[in-house]
Amino acid sequence: MKTLITATDLPPIKAPEIEYALLGPLFIIAGAAVLGVIIEAFWPRATRFWTQVVVAVVGIIAALADTVWVYTDLDKVDADLVARGKVAAEGALSVDGPGVFTWGILLVFGLLSMLLFAERRLEGGMSAFTGRAADAPGSASEAEAIKLRVEHTEVFPLALFALVGMMLFATSNDLLTMFVALEVLSLPLYLLCGLARRRRLLSQEAALKYFLLGAFSSVFFLYGIALAYGYAGSFELSAIDTAVSNRSGSENMLLASIALIAVGLLFKIGAAPFHTWTPDVYQGAPTPVTAFMAAGTKAAAFIALLRVFFVAFGGSQWDWRPMIVAIAIITMFLGAVVSISQTDVKRMLAYSSIAHAGFLLVGFVGAYAGVAGSDRVTSVSSTLFYLTVYGISSIGAFAIVTLVRDSGGETTHLSKWAGLGKKSPWLAGAFALFMLSFAGIPLTGGFIGKWGVFSAAYSGGFWWLVVIGVLVSALAAYFYVRVIVLMFFTDPVGDGPTVAVPSLLTTVVIIIAALGTVGLGIIPGPVLDLAQHAGAFVR
Amino acid sequence: MFDLQWLLIAIPLASGALLLIWGKEADRFGHLIGTAASAASFLFGVVLFAALLGKDAEARSQSTSLFTWIDTGTFHVEMGFTFDQLSGLFVLLITGVGTLIHVYSIGYMEHDPRRRRFFAYLNIFVAAMVTLVLASDYLVLFLGWEGVGLASYLLIGFWQHKPSAAAAAKKAFVVNRVGDIGMALAIMLMFAQFGTSAIHAVNAAAPGAGDGVATALGLLLLLGACGKSAQVPLQSWLLDAMEGPTPVSALIHAATMVTAGVYLVVRSGGVFDSSEAARTAVMIVGLVTLLAGAWIGCAKDDIKKALAGSTMSQIGYMMLAAGLGPAGYPFAIFHLITHGFFKANMFLGAGSVMHGMNDDVDMRHYGALRKAMPITFATFALGYLAIIGFPGFSGFWSKDKIIETAFGENLWVGLGALLGAGVTAFYMTRLMMMTFFGDKRWKDDVHPHESPKVMTYPLIALGALSLLGGLLLVGDWIVEWLEPVVGEGEHHELAIPAIALTGIITLVAASGVALGYFTYGTKPIAAETPADSSVSVFTRAGRHELYGNQINDAVVVRPTTHLTRFLVWLDGKGIDGFVTGLADRLGETSQFLRKPQTGFVRSYALTMFGGVAILVLCLLAVTLA
Repeated sequence: MKTLITATDLPPIKAPEIEYALLGPLFIIAGAAVLGVIIEAFWPRATRFWTQVVVAVVGIIAALADTVWVYTDLDKVDADLVARGKVAAEGALSVDGPGVFTWGILLVFGLLSMLLFAERRLEGGMSAFTGRAADAPGSASEAEAIKLRVEHTEVFPLALFALVGMMLFATSNDLLTMFVALEVLSLPLYLLCGLARRRRLLSQEAALKYFLLGAFSSVFFLYGIALAYGYAGSFELSAIDTAVSNRSGSENMLLASIALIAVGLLFKIGAAPFHTWTPDVYQGAPTPVTAFMAAGTKAAAFIALLRVFFVAFGGSQWDWRPMIVAIAIITMFLGAVVSISQTDVKRMLAYSSIAHAGFLLVGFVGAYAGVAGSDRVTSVSSTLFYLTVYGISSIGAFAIVTLVRDSGGETTHLSKWAGLGKKSPWLAGAFALFMLSFAGIPLTGGFIGKWGVFSAAYSGGFWWLVVIGVLVSALAAYFYVRVIVLMFFTDPVGDGPTVAVPSLLTTVVIIIAALGTVGLGIIPGPVLDLAQHAGAFVR
Repeated sequence: MFDLQWLLIAIPLASGALLLIWGKEADRFGHLIGTAASAASFLFGVVLFAALLGKDAEARSQSTSLFTWIDTGTFHVEMGFTFDQLSGLFVLLITGVGTLIHVYSIGYMEHDPRRRRFFAYLNIFVAAMVTLVLASDYLVLFLGWEGVGLASYLLIGFWQHKPSAAAAAKKAFVVNRVGDIGMALAIMLMFAQFGTSAIHAVNAAAPGAGDGVATALGLLLLLGACGKSAQVPLQSWLLDAMEGPTPVSALIHAATMVTAGVYLVVRSGGVFDSSEAARTAVMIVGLVTLLAGAWIGCAKDDIKKALAGSTMSQIGYMMLAAGLGPAGYPFAIFHLITHGFFKANMFLGAGSVMHGMNDDVDMRHYGALRKAMPITFATFALGYLAIIGFPGFSGFWSKDKIIETAFGENLWVGLGALLGAGVTAFYMTRLMMMTFFGDKRWKDDVHPHESPKVMTYPLIALGALSLLGGLLLVGDWIVEWLEPVVGEGEHHELAIPAIALTGIITLVAASGVALGYFTYGTKPIAAETPADSSVSVFTRAGRHELYGNQINDAVVVRPTTHLTRFLVWLDGKGIDGFVTGLADRLGETSQFLRKPQTGFVRSYALTMFGGVAILVLCLLAVTLA
């Protein structure tokens, strides 16, 4: 005789425990994004733009303040190595030093990008985004939209959603959360890439390419996750680590899963041979979006990469390190060499970002976690510092790209930049500064950043990779300096470049970026200490 | 007072920045500010040096730290400076000769619309060079090192409207990068081995670090020194660098910056003393460059390039002396200083000649200028007598000491240095004869004239220094003065008395002069350069700078170019070509571009897929193997 199952027989469903205080910054940004969507539906069009700007900026500042608070409040973990923070949200997230540090820099990048998003003086009172994305380029309805001066104010909530995805990505403690975060950060970016006001076909093409290739890489990532689950029986990074240490399961399955997960992450950071999307997307996307992507996506994805490989696959690092070494070399070399032949500023910055991914991988592959009691720069903290410097300099550089214009909008062909130093020495000087930082010249943040990652690689036993890294950075320096020469010592073609006068927003971004770049070069101590203080990942 | 030594750097730096920022209003008096800044720095240097003289020998190394530059864990770098016997001498040389050249440039650059900028660069150069010599940490030194490189690059390419100047600037930059890699790696190695890059700490720790480390460190530093000092095999940029304005050639590419390599070697004495191999390498580089430079100097008709060959050769002497260890260090520095005087003098003299000859640099178009330019001639003659080692002149004392020490080390090295002295006398006599003696060969529209006073006074001052520079050796002063810094050298007994050797050296130089006189002073000289086919194989090789460019091209440039092309092709096949041109003409190209686009994503995806396959296979292969 069958007995009926009653509700009392079932195990009680426990409500998930969420550490709201600890995850505050995530909730604030997500909340601001949702608020943005609501505003989009109900707020009058006339004042909608600035309302969105205020919501985004205030949200980010609030989240930043909360992040500082969370960071100072992180508990120290009782272990050999310095680590602070804890696993939260039922094991889905790991709110630890490196993760919260990344939140901090992501929010700063986000804030600077929002200021660029809000710039409206350059396009005659309109933002850099298309008025009505649904109109076909060149169609009558597009002309009408331009005449009516409609604008897509959705870009702000979209960017906030991407930001929350990035923050989640950097602190995911299991692979499934990580995949969700990956998609949350990617989808809004795909959209944003296609929204340029000028050269819309190029922009749409970039968005489509980014989407297709992004989806393609996600598939690999997902398959890698599936294999990891097959191997370890869990999505959690620490559980995978245990399985790897015990060498339970099939070795081949583990290796295939490492390779496929690596592909998904390497795609996001733009490492060769998964970099092919970078130049096209950087070039096609509206420049403020490019700035946001270049700084934010790279930071989030790099920390996720470090987390997966150090925490979950740390036990089999002898298997994956040769692979990463090869990719680091190829990436550095390809980025540096190919950037030499670029004639477009945005493409050149894209290749430069590829080269930087390579340098970052050098620090990563050192896998130097530090030893108890020593203060040597670890792979994690050097990467955090490098990402900070690179992100700030990149945003500054792209902000300047938005200002050099001709009648058709931004003029990104390098030949048009000739003689910029004569026309506006301050602007060209700032761009030169960012170039020098990218090249890693002393007294700029880039120098300390490079020194950090190379030092970590050296501590990890990869001295010969450091030699290669130094050689390649010398090669890259040639190119960056060529741009400086072009700006200051080459006579302009025809009338020369026109430099649009931006509103306070863009000016502030450039000034902050320049000060940050110099400041991190001259007194890197505080930030470097902070990065070192972040400690190791908490599993 | 020594706490304020940073002012030596800050004054010219501030002036340089001011001149760059101020704009056109400063065109009228910018050069005066620049000169005043350099002079102020010189005067302060004199005050500090005098204070140093007044101190006891132990208290003559005065260090100060401006702030902590990098402080992270175990890595600690102070923005620190040391004013000691060695750097003090350098500061005087740099700012003193620098000020004279500033004054000279007021006249030389008078008609140049960008004179203010020129002075700004000169100021920045002085600041960077002083940073280089005052630095108490290799990383700070590297900062100055890069700074002088930048200033040199800017000044070589100052006349950017000339493509040759732009190309020369680029070449100097690229070749110097190679040297800088050596420096950068050396600093990293120091940090890795010793945990510090402070100069005194590294040199103190080097002897205990083992032969391998010291050798590696020494060779890396030597690579850096070769780049900056135009020593073989990184010599090729210096002759091209003569494209810069002549005062620049005098200050940067003769008197100061190019000697930074010698300074580096002497400063790193602790490292080189710990490694026989590295020291020998320095000696060999010095000897080879000495002879190669002299050879080139014999064949060039361009007065500045002939002098540049001579500079290479004289720095070779200094390098050689530095390679002889503590016994040679003081003489390397001594020759460096006297060379700074007489070579700056001759370069400025050459500039004065060019000034009167419508900027023609071909000596075959000169001749008999001694009457047209008496002051230039007289001062140039002082420099000439100094460089060939005429008894009593500064170069006589300094070169003599180097050759003597070289004989003490090894007979063959000594003979090489002696041969160099003879060749030096020959090519300098050739230069004198072609420029100031013989028949006039200039064209009718050229009216040689003496330069204005603002140019001749510095020449007179430098001429006097060329004559009197030898006073530094009175009572072995410079040797004893530098001893606390560079250490005491052991004295090798020579097979013959020193005075006899001096006689032999003078005799060799005299035969060089005689040969030069009979070849170029007694016969008329063709006004046009003889074709390559009609001159001897030695002249031809010298003219082509011993084929240095061709060698670089074949060994480095061409393979790299091919590699780059290959990589670009690999990455950009089809991608770049289409998208790059797109930016401007959206309307027309959009239709056209739509077609191949789908293909692109597919090819991107294919690249990625290939990458995935290789990645997986490699991982499996690595583990299976």
